[in-house]
Amino acid sequence: MYLLEVRDLTKHFGGIRAIDEVWFRAKEGSIMSIIGPNGAGKTTLFNCLTGITRPTKGVISFFDREITRLGRDSIVKLGVARTFQNIRLFREMTVIENVMVSQHCRTRSGLLSAIIRSSSFRDEEKAIREKALEYLELVGLEAYPDTIASSLPYGSQKRLEIAKALATEPRLILLDEPTAGMNPQETGAMMGLIKKLQGLGKTIILIEHDMKVVMGISENIVVLDHGMKIAEGTPSEIKCNPMVIEAYLGKEH
Amino acid sequence: MFIQQLINGLTLGGVYALIALGYTMVYGILELINFAHGEIYMLGAYLGIIFLAFFTTVGLTAYSLPLAMILTFVLSVIFCSAYGFTIEKIAYKPLRNAPRLSPLISAIGVSIFLQNYVMLTQGATDKIFPNLFEKAGIEFIGARVTYTQIFIIAASAVLMLSLNLFITKTRMGKAMRAVAQDKVMASLVGINIDTVISATFIIGSALAAVAGLMVAIYYGLVNYSIGYIAGIKAFTAAVLGGIGSIPGAMFGGVLLGLVESFSAAYISSEYKDAYAFIILIIILFIKPSGLFGKSQEEKV
Repeated sequence: MYLLEVRDLTKHFGGIRAIDEVWFRAKEGSIMSIIGPNGAGKTTLFNCLTGITRPTKGVISFFDREITRLGRDSIVKLGVARTFQNIRLFREMTVIENVMVSQHCRTRSGLLSAIIRSSSFRDEEKAIREKALEYLELVGLEAYPDTIASSLPYGSQKRLEIAKALATEPRLILLDEPTAGMNPQETGAMMGLIKKLQGLGKTIILIEHDMKVVMGISENIVVLDHGMKIAEGTPSEIKCNPMVIEAYLGKEH
Repeated sequence: MFIQQLINGLTLGGVYALIALGYTMVYGILELINFAHGEIYMLGAYLGIIFLAFFTTVGLTAYSLPLAMILTFVLSVIFCSAYGFTIEKIAYKPLRNAPRLSPLISAIGVSIFLQNYVMLTQGATDKIFPNLFEKAGIEFIGARVTYTQIFIIAASAVLMLSLNLFITKTRMGKAMRAVAQDKVMASLVGINIDTVISATFIIGSALAAVAGLMVAIYYGLVNYSIGYIAGIKAFTAAVLGGIGSIPGAMFGGVLLGLVESFSAAYISSEYKDAYAFIILIIILFIKPSGLFGKSQEEKV
């Protein structure tokens, strides 16, 4: 069963083809990596998948449902969550508030019940809090629920982003360079966390530059260069693909 | 004298704070200075007169004054919220991705339109708000406090506390703070930005409606142009407190009311309207982002 299908996806910015007729599919429950040199169109691809950028042409379908032209919040509701390369959090909120507000699309208590503080409101509020703590525990931040998000150390902010993504109850999680700027130890922990997410039944697509991470955890790799897909395959296939080696290292003289 | 001016200042300050909240909430979310907001306050006052006149005609006021007043407040709030909601949909939403100056000009246009609309339909002369509550009041440490003043101070305080509770505790309040901090991120956790913006306009307009109606009761006179000066003052209050900050608008409003009332009493009432702006200039010299505002680095 394919969770995500991208067909003929193209995005032009003026004369620049950021993504050029890209096709790929992601299997449910798998970990897939998208790699490529800087400027290959990886982040633009994520932006198209989450509704931040409208593609010029092409079709994105999620569970056999076309999501190409849907609004960002509708795509999230269907079950696509993401993190950013340059961390994006609600910086002035506390750690737990960040996770709680991310459960927004899965909760319903309205204004009226909040004002009269009905029992269903209090129950839901309590449930949201408990669930938020569970997500924090999963990423290892349960000790700092009341810290202001922007004062967390870098690595913890990256993990908070993942907890936020999880709180929207996604089926597909897009991770944009989850290990960027991390030391080997932190990278190892992040790989463990990604595996754990897969264990929860989530499908994961990551953009990554660290080849140890890419080769270590992905089942399938898509290689982009100048917006075009130049290769796709398992880690061992990609490792010895001459096109990929050329894109990364240049032509041999 | 001191206590008297304190009470007068708090009354005025409560009203400024309620209007300032509308400015600051919209700015926090859209980075738009909603110049039409003062007109909503003016509409609140006019609608109050209209509904009260209606209830008097049908005999409800004679039957039960409190009931008639409550209904007047509720209806004015509902109508003003509808005005605020509609203004956003017609005048600001289509310009959401336009350069920042365009919605600002649109806001000024809406303001001029509403003033003239009320002038044409209600006349250019002052309307009198029926004096239902004689100048009854209590003596308080040598000062005279009318029941209307007590009501205004209490109502402003209750509304501000409820707003604070709403923003910090409820799901929609949290969504508003999220949208104010990062719109894209907020939509990526499933928050519908349009709903949040509409809610912001509805709440801001409701507060302005209450402020307008209370001022109509307090001064007894209403004119189509009252929204202009009140709007500018409340905007000053919001900037004073740090625009975008909710506690800032509350504090700025009350501070402005106190400054006006004390300076009118102790310095001179000739320049009553100027003191507000003098304070604004001084504070912006010392702390350009306002009292509660955060200094922001320019986004590249």
